[in-house]
Amino acid sequence: MFSYYLKLAFKSIRKNPLLSSLMVLAIALGIGASITTITVNYLMSANPIPEKSEQLFYVQVDSWDPHNSFNEESNDPPNQITWTEATNLFTAQKASKQVVMAKSGGIIVPEDQDINPFEAQIRLTTGDFFTMFNTPFLYGSGWQITSDQNREQVIVLTKKINDKVFGGENSVGKSISLAGQHFKIIGVLDTWLPVPKFYDVNNGAFDEPEEVFIPFFLKESFELPNWGNTNCWKSPEGEGFKAFLRSECINYQMWVELNSDTEKAEYIDFLNNYVSEQKALGRFPRPMNNKLSDVMQWMENQQVVQDDAKMMMWMSFMFLIVCLLNTVGLLLAKFIGKSSEIGLRRAIGASKSDLFVQHIIESACIGLLGGLVGLLLATLGLKGIESLYGDFVKNLVSLDVTMAITGLLIALISSVLAGLYPTWRACNISPASQLKSQ
Amino acid sequence: MLTMTNVKKVFRTDLVETHALRDFNLQVDEGEFVAVTGPSGSGKTTFLNIAGMLETFNGGTYQLDGKDVSHLNDNQRSRLRNEKIGFIFQSYNLIPDLNLFDNVDVPLRYRGFDAKTRKQRIEESLEIVGLANRMKHLPAQLSGGQQQRVAIARALAGKPRFLLADEPTGNLDSEMAQSVMELLKNINKSGTTIVMVTHDPLLAKQATRNIFVKDGQVSEIEDVIPMHVANA
Repeated sequence: MFSYYLKLAFKSIRKNPLLSSLMVLAIALGIGASITTITVNYLMSANPIPEKSEQLFYVQVDSWDPHNSFNEESNDPPNQITWTEATNLFTAQKASKQVVMAKSGGIIVPEDQDINPFEAQIRLTTGDFFTMFNTPFLYGSGWQITSDQNREQVIVLTKKINDKVFGGENSVGKSISLAGQHFKIIGVLDTWLPVPKFYDVNNGAFDEPEEVFIPFFLKESFELPNWGNTNCWKSPEGEGFKAFLRSECINYQMWVELNSDTEKAEYIDFLNNYVSEQKALGRFPRPMNNKLSDVMQWMENQQVVQDDAKMMMWMSFMFLIVCLLNTVGLLLAKFIGKSSEIGLRRAIGASKSDLFVQHIIESACIGLLGGLVGLLLATLGLKGIESLYGDFVKNLVSLDVTMAITGLLIALISSVLAGLYPTWRACNISPASQLKSQ
Repeated sequence: MLTMTNVKKVFRTDLVETHALRDFNLQVDEGEFVAVTGPSGSGKTTFLNIAGMLETFNGGTYQLDGKDVSHLNDNQRSRLRNEKIGFIFQSYNLIPDLNLFDNVDVPLRYRGFDAKTRKQRIEESLEIVGLANRMKHLPAQLSGGQQQRVAIARALAGKPRFLLADEPTGNLDSEMAQSVMELLKNINKSGTTIVMVTHDPLLAKQATRNIFVKDGQVSEIEDVIPMHVANA
């Protein structure tokens, strides 16, 4: 009977194209608006590294101003750490894997004279970065801790930079000039676009990853500039780059990989002991406030999904409800217009449940058509958002298969819900009254 | 086959209470062709609707094929209608966007027959009414008489034991009406019991028995043609 009902549904939809189009359009508008905002929220709140997001922890220690909390509302410790903590905590090597990092930038001068020098974003990091965050490699690999300790001038390029400077060929073993220094290329990343860019949400949670990766401590060696957010609660003591590094200014991020609750507890103990030692040295004037957050907790803590995006999503759901209420009215009109046919079907043997299924399938078909048109509208909506906000959201405005299926499911469920009352009314039409009056 | 005893039907609104049937008593035997006549508002159509289980009633008993149908639920009534009763209406009640084949197919779908059986029955019944060559036509492409023949084919396709016709010739001219009447008589001769509501005394006289309904009650019963003669 399902195919029969399907055939009847499409005949009914074709029979009254204007009414059907209005219903499809109403659902499409609601779905289009909802899917546009859901997609943005979904990509903002997606788990960027689901396979190990519960083992990776962002490290926070409270080295802030004794008189003012870094975050007055939540009393959370600062969202970055100082150079001193980055150096000390990394050197301690207390976690099974750990990475400290910062954002910087410099000029790349390609050997090929036809390619002009250009500015590139640098991720200063330590060797565990690549294995901790499961970065895919096209050629070569990352570096070992010895390269960090020895401040070796090694570099990992992204595919984009390798394509630009070396035409996409295997450049491992070659050298590249960056920030006036020569670096030996040891690896080229394949396309890697974590959304959000979880490892550093302080500096553009939805930006693309930096273009090259070099050992963290080269920042000090080459006095590489600070890029990204830097916050200080007191001025550096003294002048110059080294004084700035020794200051209480925060510009660095740290992640550790901890594979069990025991490891996590041990690391917290280690942090507490470290802070106690620092307090004895006259630093860390605030109460002990150390924190480890796994990836999703850190995304939540940093409000990667912004409140206005959430509000937009709920408003679009309200709009969908308004569209569905319109659809209820239109379906009611359509089914009441079919009263004589419904009466006849009842008279010649259809039960109420037969008619219920028939009309719910018709509602679902209208919903699916609305869903398909809605997905087109959502695609246009996302393009519109991209053109309005530009590069800031370009990684958030693509409709993937999950969202397309979600859109169709929402359309299907919504239309079935919208069809319940009109269908119930249709099933309760008295056949006798319709047969005589036709 | 059909026995109504003291059946009552009252239509109520906030202001008015209308007694459509009052102690309605009637027995129709298997193979009969009963014509029900009476003035407008006498309760003929209400009787037919109750007989076809399209409406419930407020009192009395109704037995169809020896089974009391008063307490059947909606699904049971639908199944019984589908299996035992065929309907023919004054205004044909064909579904305009379905072709003749699909119109006749409707009751068979609800009966759960497979495609092969349905096709066979549809072709047979359209053959009986003389429209087998127009299966793909839409109702609007046929005359009134032809449309009523399609409605008869639809009623026959399920091979019902009982055919209820509500003024089946009411919208037809006399020639067409007589042709439809001949078709009904042939169907009756093949063993199907028919109850027909009509205003036309000439058509009523062609049935085996006439029932005159007045004020919601059977007021007169007249055997027009003895059954054994009619079916000879």
